[in-house]
Amino acid sequence: MAFLELRDIRKSFGDAHIIKGVDLAIEKGEFMVFVGPSGCGKSTLLRLIAGLEPITSGTLMLDGRDITHAPSGKRDLAMVFQSYALYPHMSVYDNMSFALKLAKVPADEIRRKVEAAAEKLNLSSYLQRTPRELSGGQRQRVAIGRAIVRAPKVFLFDEPLSNLDAALRGNTRVEIKKLHESLGATTIYVTHDQVEAMTLADRVVVLKDGLIEQVGSPLELYDRPANQFVAQFIGMPSMNMLPAGALPVLSELTGGRLPQDGYLGVRPEGVRVHAGAGAGLPGRVDLVEALGSDTLIHVDVAGRMLIARQNERTSLAHGDAVGVEIDPAVLHLFNREGRALPAA
Amino acid sequence: MSTSQPPSQLLPLAARTAGAWAAALLLFFPLGWLCLTAFKTELQAIAVPPLFVFEPTLENFAEVQRRSDYLLFARNSLITSVVSTLLGLLIAAPAAYSMAFFRTKRTRDILMWMLSTKMMPAVGALLPIYVLAQTASLLDTLPALIIVFTLSNLPIMVWMLYTSFKDIPPEILEAARMDGATLWSEFRHVVMPLSIGGLASCGLLCLVLAWNEAFWALNLTSAKAGTLATLIASYSSPEGLFWAKLSAASLMAIAPIVVFGWFSQKQLVQGLTFGAVK
Repeated sequence: MAFLELRDIRKSFGDAHIIKGVDLAIEKGEFMVFVGPSGCGKSTLLRLIAGLEPITSGTLMLDGRDITHAPSGKRDLAMVFQSYALYPHMSVYDNMSFALKLAKVPADEIRRKVEAAAEKLNLSSYLQRTPRELSGGQRQRVAIGRAIVRAPKVFLFDEPLSNLDAALRGNTRVEIKKLHESLGATTIYVTHDQVEAMTLADRVVVLKDGLIEQVGSPLELYDRPANQFVAQFIGMPSMNMLPAGALPVLSELTGGRLPQDGYLGVRPEGVRVHAGAGAGLPGRVDLVEALGSDTLIHVDVAGRMLIARQNERTSLAHGDAVGVEIDPAVLHLFNREGRALPAA
Repeated sequence: MSTSQPPSQLLPLAARTAGAWAAALLLFFPLGWLCLTAFKTELQAIAVPPLFVFEPTLENFAEVQRRSDYLLFARNSLITSVVSTLLGLLIAAPAAYSMAFFRTKRTRDILMWMLSTKMMPAVGALLPIYVLAQTASLLDTLPALIIVFTLSNLPIMVWMLYTSFKDIPPEILEAARMDGATLWSEFRHVVMPLSIGGLASCGLLCLVLAWNEAFWALNLTSAKAGTLATLIASYSSPEGLFWAKLSAASLMAIAPIVVFGWFSQKQLVQGLTFGAVK
């Protein structure tokens, strides 16, 4: 049996069904990321696991114990909130030791655990400060420290980096990754940022409208998306998606495997753009985005917009005539319902 | 400092200062006059034109204590206001907690309904409450006043605590729950320390309101359970107005709460702004 198991979990607020039956098995030590567009139910799902919202129906098992209706404090989970949710009237030390004090852990053991966690998170010299005397990044580390000292069975993170500025977000992301590697703790991490999802996760759960679209490792999701939604949600910029009838050349490209009413997807790196209307499909440059490390070229091909990504810089500009080649080796085929067709 | 003000701003500043002084004096005048009169003889008190310079006497205070048992009334005031405030906090805090952190569609309506009860003139409820007190043999007893004071202050207490609890981010309470806090330890270790200002100002305000309450005290009590409000009232009696003694009695009645209010000004002001300023 999996370490944490969700069986047909459902949640409704009145007539609004937010989570519509989620089955998921999370293994011990795994770093699981819930990702999806806003309103997909990822935060609600996390709150159901945390016990902050009652589960409408279904079963939640942790390490062989049914915790579906257990109160939050008795689930052996720790949570890091988006807003940090530190106790503003307590020092960093008291914030981190609060749970242990409530659990009546002996004072010297509390001291040892808090100091060890503070050491790990570089907070040792701030233990006597209050949260308002700390920077955003330090507050976030205190929130993480508060979770660590309890050594819970599962760590829950609710968009923990979204209140930090871009540079700090990158650093903290790396710190969280290292922390997970050193602690080996089972972690569930909610984010809407797919870079966080791709870089942190052992496995990613893509959610949409209260249902799981796909579960898999980051590269599985990238290379073998189960459907059009996942294909377009994962990857930046998103996958080019063309209806089968859009260009006559598509059926030839796919060796006739693409159904008449299906869709063809190709990632921007599978699209090559050549200057001059020579080889490939004739197109016209609409926009060039030079990102430094790579360049995105938006090309209009017979009224369809395709995005190409290339490592080389380009001298192409708006209005230039170009030839577009699509790499037949990296195509994704989808049927009418948007389900992926198996690779040839 | 005024040297740094450009002349064009001096006039409005002077006007504002004068206005503020006038308002303050207007508010203070009755109290000041009360103070002066309390130390005059009855003759001096009714002298025309009014005397500002006179030889102060303590005779009125001695007379008040002789004629009526000041300490008994003071004790009644103290007991009714303190007990009704504590009782009110005990009931209002859980009510406000539930409304602030477990909101439903009707929370707003319940709050408005509670406040609306304060809009009804108290005299409208006089008859039923008098009959209830009479039937329960509670007339002229301290419990009757405590119950009525508590009930009449509850709407304000719930509102004040609700606004001060509402300022606490709910995630902090959720964090406490995740940390294993029970309802009581959540309240004791998180809600209470974070809203101590609100709790204190709510308690202080209700203490003052209960101390000053006159309507119910006059109507439900007489000799045994009367508060200082009834003591004052007894000096404007059919036998004629004794201005000096009335002033002395009033001064003795309000002195404790004025001193108390002076020391708790900060909390009171914070409470009266109803959480508008954080």
